[in-house]
Amino acid sequence: MLTSRVIPCLDVRNGRVVKGVQFQGLRDAGCPVEAAARYASEGADELVMLDVSATLEERGATEDTIERIRAVLDIPLTVGGGVKSVSDARRLLNAGADKVAVNSAAVLNPKLVTELQCAFGRQCTVVAVDAVGRDGWWEVVTRSGTTATGLDVIRWLSEVESLGAGEILLTSWDRDGTRDGYDGPLLAAASEATLLPIIASGGADSATHMADALLAGASAVLAASIFHDGDATVRQVKTDLSEKGITVRLC
Amino acid sequence: MEVNILSTGVANVASVVAAFKRLNCKTKLISDAHAVTESPFLVLPGVGSFQSGMASLVDKGLVDALRVRISDGRPTLAICLGLQLLAEASEESPGVRGLSCIASTLTAFPNTVASPQFGWNWLSNENAPVLGDGGYVYYANSYRMTECPDGWGSGWTEYGGPFVGCLQKGAVVACQFHPELSGEYGSTILANWLNDERRATC
Repeated sequence: MLTSRVIPCLDVRNGRVVKGVQFQGLRDAGCPVEAAARYASEGADELVMLDVSATLEERGATEDTIERIRAVLDIPLTVGGGVKSVSDARRLLNAGADKVAVNSAAVLNPKLVTELQCAFGRQCTVVAVDAVGRDGWWEVVTRSGTTATGLDVIRWLSEVESLGAGEILLTSWDRDGTRDGYDGPLLAAASEATLLPIIASGGADSATHMADALLAGASAVLAASIFHDGDATVRQVKTDLSEKGITVRLC
Repeated sequence: MEVNILSTGVANVASVVAAFKRLNCKTKLISDAHAVTESPFLVLPGVGSFQSGMASLVDKGLVDALRVRISDGRPTLAICLGLQLLAEASEESPGVRGLSCIASTLTAFPNTVASPQFGWNWLSNENAPVLGDGGYVYYANSYRMTECPDGWGSGWTEYGGPFVGCLQKGAVVACQFHPELSGEYGSTILANWLNDERRATC
């Protein structure tokens, strides 16, 4: 059977790993290539790299960072952040990404999801969704949480599935960087709404949180802070998940 | 050691190139029939649909060169869609003829499991020497082969029933998974394919 995946996330800006809380207050968290190699050797199932560059100048370093990560990385690499077109995606894929994640640009131009699917296949097309809890529903927010869209997360997930997405990276903006645990009700509602694999993101502090998210319906769990800060290793977390009865790839 | 990677412009080959570089191989992207025939080691990667994959091989005039190379048993590694293109046909693209090196037709996963299959699944080795003891490998596929063709060694994975994860006949190896993304085990499979003794005819 398919295993549940544990996916460290590198937020990268100008060639360095950074980490913030609710997408703000970024601080330096090391070299992305060293981090990628370490996570892969510890048993990470995939890696996500999000380009959180604030300026075009910083963004210029992205392809170089991807190339350097690819050289050492023997697991799948998803890259997102600022992807607005098929040609943006192609640049990232040529540099060494295996999948490309789109977020704000897909909300502005949903056809982009279909264009990516046609150009590179569903297996390459990840739609990242940032969700904010409202009274009884979740709203899609874009541009690093600064723009409310009025879109209902659950409806948006069904739409991107029919548009050609292959996978969903679902981040709870409310939980991002807080270590309060993933948003379980959001994950349960999302996995009811789509057959696509869902990568849970935002709020992880422990293997218990991860097991909860997987039991709520996620196919994979993404985390940044706990791995960057050295509070847990990927290997420890996967061993703990295995002891909780979750099927993971131990290596 | 020089590994040539067939690049038809559709598939992303950066991960395949990087994996062979980590094994200290020289890599070259090729796309013409002469190079298909002459390459000491040839990789046929592939993502996309059965129809688009075959169309690019037909457009570039590579079909005969690939068929001859594979029937001669020269070192060839087909990955993901590459494995599927070796078959006769696929439910994905009715009416499209594959390379037909293998008497088999691909079918979709049953609707009891989510499709595409994305992620790591266990590959058990029945009798394909390159696979060693088996291990977890990374898949991204919607179609699969459910019977091992005569004369090939195989490895198997369970997803909505057993399917063919890998085929081997001497130096010709076809993987439904992505060995270039399958961690240390995947790298071991690539190294075994490059090594005469380890891929001894099964």
